[in-house]
Amino acid sequence: MAKHVLLIEDEPNIAEAIRFLLTRDGLRVSHAPEGDTALVMLRQDPPDLVILDHMLPGMSGLEILTAVRADPQCRDLPVMMLTARGRDREMAEEAGADCFMTKPFSNAEILAEVRAMLSQPRRAV
Amino acid sequence: MPLSALTGTKLRDRRLAAGLRQADVAARAGISASYLNLIEHNRRKVTPEVIERLADALQIDRGALTEGREAALVEDLRAAAARGGTDAEVERVEDFVDRFPGWAALIAALDARGRALERAVEALNDRMTHDPHLSQSLHELLSSLSAVRATAAILAETPDLEPEWALRFHRNLHQDSERLAAGAEALVGFLDAGQGIEEQGIAAPQEEVEDWLRSRSWVIPDADLAGGLEEEIGHLASTAARSLLRAHVARARDDAALLPEAVFAEALAEIGPDPVALAEHFGTSPLVAMRRLGGIGGVPTGLVTCDGSGTLTFRKPATGFPLPRFGSACPLWPLYAALGRPMQLFEARVQMAGQSDRRHRVIAWAETRHPQGLRGPELREAAMLILPDDGAGPVLPLGSSCRVCARGDCPARREPSILAAEGIA
Repeated sequence: MAKHVLLIEDEPNIAEAIRFLLTRDGLRVSHAPEGDTALVMLRQDPPDLVILDHMLPGMSGLEILTAVRADPQCRDLPVMMLTARGRDREMAEEAGADCFMTKPFSNAEILAEVRAMLSQPRRAV
Repeated sequence: MPLSALTGTKLRDRRLAAGLRQADVAARAGISASYLNLIEHNRRKVTPEVIERLADALQIDRGALTEGREAALVEDLRAAAARGGTDAEVERVEDFVDRFPGWAALIAALDARGRALERAVEALNDRMTHDPHLSQSLHELLSSLSAVRATAAILAETPDLEPEWALRFHRNLHQDSERLAAGAEALVGFLDAGQGIEEQGIAAPQEEVEDWLRSRSWVIPDADLAGGLEEEIGHLASTAARSLLRAHVARARDDAALLPEAVFAEALAEIGPDPVALAEHFGTSPLVAMRRLGGIGGVPTGLVTCDGSGTLTFRKPATGFPLPRFGSACPLWPLYAALGRPMQLFEARVQMAGQSDRRHRVIAWAETRHPQGLRGPELREAAMLILPDDGAGPVLPLGSSCRVCARGDCPARREPSILAAEGIA
């Protein structure tokens, strides 16, 4: 059964490119353009990995990450954050992100990181 | 107390201009010709008494031997050494200026340029960090760039891409390249706009205002104040400087309304430069009288003001009373005593470090304000007027700031000086 990735990204063309890449790699990808929808999707169809943009309309990526880590149902989910600014990384790390990709990232990098994260055992709750 | 070594060069120039021999001048001054020869070649520093006698022997004013462009250059280089570390041979700075004035001027100019660039970097950094428009614009550019990169890579690296996907990604690429171009154009337009590049490093806003005031000899006639000076204010490079100058002019106009030029000049002639007596005479605050004394022509005054943090908010220098351009001033300044005890007068006869032949009379006063009423914060403002010496009373030794002050036994020192320690005269 294909691994499931939830992509939370408001830029439709970035989302489309990532979705294409991961689908071609045999993964199932669902997409949420903002936080509220993403939190509902997380509970309804729990993914194996979350790719989360930092700058989103409404809830920020950090707020979504905090909500994920506070939820017993999904707090051990591996989360990759997409950031545009280097200094956001420290805040994301404190909030519990597992991996960071700084924009503009390369397709090869993001694919390699996703594969690596999905091959690791889920961390303990 | 030794005087500047530069005195030797000036002494020699003045003696040769007068057509006198070393032996004659030495005899008139009561020193040996060989000692005068050493002094003239900057190999011996001279005491105030000897310089007085030499000035008399040459029939010139003593100040002619101890002041000038070189002295300012020496101060600039000392300040440069203070900023740059302690490796420079600060104790030989006067000799350096005397022997290599061109190189010395170049170093001072490079130091000034370096500071301007540092301020530019700081301003740009600050702007990058705090300007929400810039931050948002850069984020949008990066997002567009990310989309372009990811899409272009798919097109380039997927040989078996289905035609409908290829079409879709080509369309996305076009959209994102358009967005990228528009974003870059908007960003360049923003940087080129009113708060543009020229603002970023010519001078700190306070220095810009002070340079403008200096260009007017620190005097703004009441008639100019009444006109608002908007056109001249508009010529300042930065928005912050224009705002500061506008506030300065507005306050000076309020002061002028309380103490109009003509009647203030009459009172000054009658009472003298005593800000407390002048304030009593006009029924106003000593701070107003001090600002008026600092802002009219004909009175050789310096004036500094500070806020509750001790930060100098206005710096009009007086001859022989150098003011720090950066960092904090000497903690012994009566300005700070006044700041700690508002509505109390502090007056002292003072002598700056390195100014062995010059003293000043300073008068300091502070007041408090509560612009937001009883429950709002208390704001303090202090001012110190710097007047010529009147020759009365004990002398309080001061400095400009610790880094360029050589007073070795100062109890208020907060950091080491880059200068060799000297005794307190």
